[in-house]
Amino acid sequence: MTIDAGPATNGTPAGAPRQRPGYDAETAARLAADAAQIVARYPHPRSALLPMLHLVQSEDGYVSRDGILFCAEQLGLTAAEVSAVATFYTQYKRHPNGTYTVGVCTNTLCAIMGGDAIFDELSEHLGVGHDETTEDGAITLERVECNAACDYAPVMMVNWEFFDNQTPASATDVVDRLRAGEPVAPTRGAASVCTFKQMSRVLAGFTDGRADEGVGAGEPTLAGLRLAREHGWTAPAGETAAEAGDAPSAADAASTGGTEGAPEKPVTGAEQSSADRKPTTEADVDPGGKAESPGTKPDPSKGADA
Amino acid sequence: MSEQQTARPAPDPLTPVLSDTWDADRSWTLASYLDRGGYAGLRAALGQDPADVVATVKASGLRGRGGAGFPTGMKWGFLPAPDGGPRYLVVNADESEPGTCKDIPLMLASPQALVEGVAITSYAIGCHHAFIYVRGEVLHVYRRLLRAVEEAYEAGYLGTDVLGSGFDLDVTVHAGAGAYICGEETALLDSLEGRRGQPRLKPPFPAVAGLYARPTVVNNVESIASVPSIVARGADWFTSMGTERSAGFGLFSLSGHVTRPGQYEAPLGTTLRELLDLAGGMRGGKALKFWTPGGSSTPLFTDAHLDTPLDYESVAAAGSMLGTRALQLFDETTCVVRAVSRWTDFYAHESCGKCTPCREGTYWMKQVLARIEAGQGTEADLDLLLDTCDNILGRAFCALGDGATSPVTSSIELFRDEYEAHITEHRCPFDPAASALFDHTPRPARVLTAGVH
Repeated sequence: MTIDAGPATNGTPAGAPRQRPGYDAETAARLAADAAQIVARYPHPRSALLPMLHLVQSEDGYVSRDGILFCAEQLGLTAAEVSAVATFYTQYKRHPNGTYTVGVCTNTLCAIMGGDAIFDELSEHLGVGHDETTEDGAITLERVECNAACDYAPVMMVNWEFFDNQTPASATDVVDRLRAGEPVAPTRGAASVCTFKQMSRVLAGFTDGRADEGVGAGEPTLAGLRLAREHGWTAPAGETAAEAGDAPSAADAASTGGTEGAPEKPVTGAEQSSADRKPTTEADVDPGGKAESPGTKPDPSKGADA
Repeated sequence: MSEQQTARPAPDPLTPVLSDTWDADRSWTLASYLDRGGYAGLRAALGQDPADVVATVKASGLRGRGGAGFPTGMKWGFLPAPDGGPRYLVVNADESEPGTCKDIPLMLASPQALVEGVAITSYAIGCHHAFIYVRGEVLHVYRRLLRAVEEAYEAGYLGTDVLGSGFDLDVTVHAGAGAYICGEETALLDSLEGRRGQPRLKPPFPAVAGLYARPTVVNNVESIASVPSIVARGADWFTSMGTERSAGFGLFSLSGHVTRPGQYEAPLGTTLRELLDLAGGMRGGKALKFWTPGGSSTPLFTDAHLDTPLDYESVAAAGSMLGTRALQLFDETTCVVRAVSRWTDFYAHESCGKCTPCREGTYWMKQVLARIEAGQGTEADLDLLLDTCDNILGRAFCALGDGATSPVTSSIELFRDEYEAHITEHRCPFDPAASALFDHTPRPARVLTAGVH
């Protein structure tokens, strides 16, 4: 895989006749209808950009030049603005992707538990490195970051479905079957892995009706619960909610204020703060009140879960 | 845990609430959730004044389960008085902190718990359009969330006139596209607005000017999913678990060299010793070398901290952070330099580039750590690392930069001799095969084409 169409988004060289890029009329109309559905989900159209880029990938297998221009046109943005967003996120591909993205977690925990060995094995077996695609166009191999399945380490993702507790042998078996065109089932996910384009369409928010396939939880997810059941451990009984019975009257529910008269204010540099900028305008602190004096220092203990 | 505390009986070692439905048949469906008593919390909430719901959550002492531990009810209380315009709830489902693996399994097994929490919270804060921002790298979780929201609409828990209450609520499930930084709440908002996910200067805080510059509450998945049980069973029930300032239960995620890794839902204030006992101890009876209490951004602990109560205050007093309760356990076979080097690669890869200390600092630390790990470091490199950390911590724009320094500084403090061994022996003294879960012969040199992010 060497094609790099290059998401040329900065217009054409001076003097060159501008070739009218874009999808053919039928494709454009179909995508525009999808795009309209995406835009309708949000109060502001620009929020539709991320899902729309997934939509473009579902059509082209990557974020193509046509795709960038399409998004720009749909949202009234420049191609540069769309491109700036597309280059920020790792899931948007800048060159044609394989049918399957095979990602091996090589973040610390998975790497140490065997992810490094799995990646090396796959890389040698497939003859490609990180972010490279096999010649048959089947597999794009990637090192991926922590995918929130550490209790199943080492983890591999195929088109962002979970393949838990992998070994070099199990991983090579998976890629061999994918290349042979066999259906391959993830450990926790749909009954079989779909293609990169199909996956991208789901990520654009268009369901494929497969939510009920697969398990609810794997064994590590249930480890604590099984132990609790075995020993009869439970949370305290507590009072059960007074059965609300009939739903409350519309009058009750109409007052949706939900705040108290004098809201508490976060303090700069204290909890909930990531910066020690002094408030410069009243609106920084409270649109209806006075600016407060800032806190002292940023607290390194804030917000660990970025 | 069996001893009586002053006024109340100690709860059981494990207290499944969120995880209590996960072993049900087709646990992710609305029917299954209702079978286990689901949506009792929403019914209870709709029968109350919204301000009373906020008061209940405040009284419960629930603190943000996404890492920072900020009191959830207080965060809701920061919203200015209604001005007639929209206000938003945004659920942070961008779980990406290395080691953290609780929200993703929760949403896979029980997405309705989150949807119910969203409905209650929205009612409480006067929000009529809520968003669930889930990372894009978990396809099946996104499918389950879309389906859960669809089912909730069909059953009248979402949409117009929720359960005949007159309350309207729309929920949009939004898939991200791969960026750790979007777990930072203001970066998440920028991303949700269709921009590069870069953090915003605070203040103004999201409560004042969040999504589309409107008052916005951003809460973690586990926080929101905890709300239905609190509203259904009461604040006193919640505070009967945990400690005085760290109330309630939480998911403790054990991973690494432990016999039975997984999710253990326990009262806050439990200890690693207790959890490790439940999880069958370290694999093969090997010794625990180091661990993270709350993900890679929290300073490392060792076996000296086995009895540190895992609540916000005790962990902070011991020099780290409770974070996301992501307990990554590494045994004596693990090279700490390799571990820290890999985490640093991660921060360098995920730095958004907005501020210089983080962008440049992580870039250089990555290279210094790589050469130390490869046996090519010098004594001066340790000082260089510490100096770089000094220039990041407290000077970065957001918590990502601060977090990047935690593993570096804490590991040098705890294992300086191990760093020095790499330098003086010009090699890594550990065999990577020994720390893996399977037998293999490591390849002599890494495939260079594959080593670059």
